[in-house]
Amino acid sequence: MSTNELSQRELTQQERAVQERESQEALRYYSATQWQLVWWRFRRHKLAMAGGLFLALLAFLGIFAEFFGPYSGVTRNTDYLLGPPQIPRFWDENGFSLRPFVYGVTTERDPVTLRRIPTIDREVRHPIRFFVRGEPYTVLKVIESDIHLFGVEEGTVHLFGTDPLGRDLFTRTLIATRTSLSIGVLGVLIAFVLALIIGGVAGYFGGWIDYGIQRLTEIVRVIPVIPLYMGLAAAFPREWSTQQIYFAMTLILGLVGWPTLARRIRGQLLTLRTEDYVVAAQIAGASAARIIGRHLLPAFASYIIVDLVISFPYLILSETALSFVQLGLRPPDISWGILLQDAQNIRAIEQAPWLFIPAAFVVTAVLSFTILGDGVRDAADPYTVSGS
Amino acid sequence: MIRFIVQRFLGMLVTMFFVSVMVFIIMELPPGDYAERYAFRKFSGTGVTVTEADVNNIRVKLGLDRPAYERYFSWIWGIVTKGDFGPAFAFETSVNNVIGQRLWLTLAILFSTLIVTYLVSIPIGIYAAVHRHSIADYSLTVLSYLGLALPNFLLALILLYISVTVLDSSVGGLFSQEFEGAPWSWAKFVDLLKHLIVPAVVLAWSATAFQLQTVRATMLDELNKLSVTAARARGIPEWKVLLKYPARLAINPVVSTVSFDANRIFSELPIVALVLGLPELGELLIKSYIDLDMFVAGAILLMLTFMIVFMNFLSDIALAFLDPRIKLEGG
Repeated sequence: MSTNELSQRELTQQERAVQERESQEALRYYSATQWQLVWWRFRRHKLAMAGGLFLALLAFLGIFAEFFGPYSGVTRNTDYLLGPPQIPRFWDENGFSLRPFVYGVTTERDPVTLRRIPTIDREVRHPIRFFVRGEPYTVLKVIESDIHLFGVEEGTVHLFGTDPLGRDLFTRTLIATRTSLSIGVLGVLIAFVLALIIGGVAGYFGGWIDYGIQRLTEIVRVIPVIPLYMGLAAAFPREWSTQQIYFAMTLILGLVGWPTLARRIRGQLLTLRTEDYVVAAQIAGASAARIIGRHLLPAFASYIIVDLVISFPYLILSETALSFVQLGLRPPDISWGILLQDAQNIRAIEQAPWLFIPAAFVVTAVLSFTILGDGVRDAADPYTVSGS
Repeated sequence: MIRFIVQRFLGMLVTMFFVSVMVFIIMELPPGDYAERYAFRKFSGTGVTVTEADVNNIRVKLGLDRPAYERYFSWIWGIVTKGDFGPAFAFETSVNNVIGQRLWLTLAILFSTLIVTYLVSIPIGIYAAVHRHSIADYSLTVLSYLGLALPNFLLALILLYISVTVLDSSVGGLFSQEFEGAPWSWAKFVDLLKHLIVPAVVLAWSATAFQLQTVRATMLDELNKLSVTAARARGIPEWKVLLKYPARLAINPVVSTVSFDANRIFSELPIVALVLGLPELGELLIKSYIDLDMFVAGAILLMLTFMIVFMNFLSDIALAFLDPRIKLEGG
């Protein structure tokens, strides 16, 4: 009897400690804001974190493309047209070197075809140096510099090889990453604003306005997306500057993206607008814009973010596809689609498979976005129990 | 049932009308008009000076001086009554001549793609759902991720590269050289089927990834239903249980999204066709966009969309037969 009592008392002590810890955790949980909960939930999704980090890295490389790349995107190395990638090495049959080096290149003319053929001279080593001075550049239109992350003092270093005009594919791929990602971001933003206005109006007012907008959306969705927007891109005047085309492209990508977003926003609004607090706000005399912006949007902001992340890869692929067939951005702009134009015909890839490297960037970026979108979707609704 | 079919048919006509208006707007979008482009194309390089009056003459001859709505109605009237899609400037002939047999080749590609998609996604989706959390299931998830991330035209390029470097033969085109201009025969048909495999696989790539996920998800829902448990309790063999209850229902979303699949396939078709050198509508669409040959582009856009709308109509009816509940709700 007495031992029983003792164990019971010990148990309650233990229990109390456990309870205290639990209540602390519960307190932390209940006092956390929604965004904190979302973040905690998201952090647990390792794969999505990796995807997000990889995209951040890509964006970083893209923004400082001119620093990470040894040359500018337009400099032509006429001695090394369509040259294969020069891979830095540490050793070869001539011995070991602590500093990585690339081989020298000499160009000879083929006596029959008269084509210039770059040949690798394994006797000549060009050591790779870091933070070397090279061509001047401007990053983000403010920072001017001529320091590149790596380079060689004599000879050339082309990590990804060169294109048919002898331009450094590594630098060009990084610049293309910047263009393609930024155009995707702007496109998503435009799609978001459009969807917000159209979906918001449809969902909030309902009735015949909703009906009309729904029918219109359906009709737009029936026409195959890429052929439809190719038509818009084909209408760009030939004399437009690359900047004008860039912004026109973001508009088109926004148009590609809005219907799905608008549908989601409308659906959410239709269910939310009968909630008590919305009715209360209406009775209190709040304007439609205030109710949509102040009471309704925060309620499903997380869902919108999920849809934005998910629609991102779609827009990037659209841009790549349009530019690939010369109906999107145009040279001298550099984007993934434009780089892949060189790899369009089979003879080019057969001769120079490295022209296909930008495709790897497209695929990994889209893959990361898809995985990231999955993670964000799981995290967006932190109050569900599944997965926790 | 007849009422339902008539309703859907009328709905289809209304959609087609609005689509044709949108297509017409796109045809009107490029700066300048046909008369200028026509004059430029015809006389550039010939040394003839083209005056504003000449352009105006062409404009009147082509009926381009009339207001937009009149031109729209004469365009659509020609299509509806005579099947005449208007002139094709770049080829100096009619759109109908340019399109020729491309329409049928496009349909052949569409249907072979759909067949590949369903032959792969339905059985494998069901298998993945039944063997949930198995290695096969996980590898399928990874594959369908890739299906979404690797755009079809890149896949086409990769296949081309492999075929040229490893197999030493090109997979492009739709006909072997000896059948290129030959009249239709059994041998030519077999040759076409052989050439259809690669485009069908390439185009089915992402559609299959989507459908796999749908079939798997629906199967998982249906497998947990009491009807399945009850059937198992009655001692019915497992394969029969699967086929009779969940598999039947898992096909419904596939049937209802057939027009979405067609939409996705047509969306990707032009670029894939360009890479693989397929002589069908999508490839011609890109060419005519680049040439600003907008009558051709408009006709193709209209044809592609009409096929999608028609498939949507068919899938609505098929669904009403497969699942009578839908008719009651949507009717």
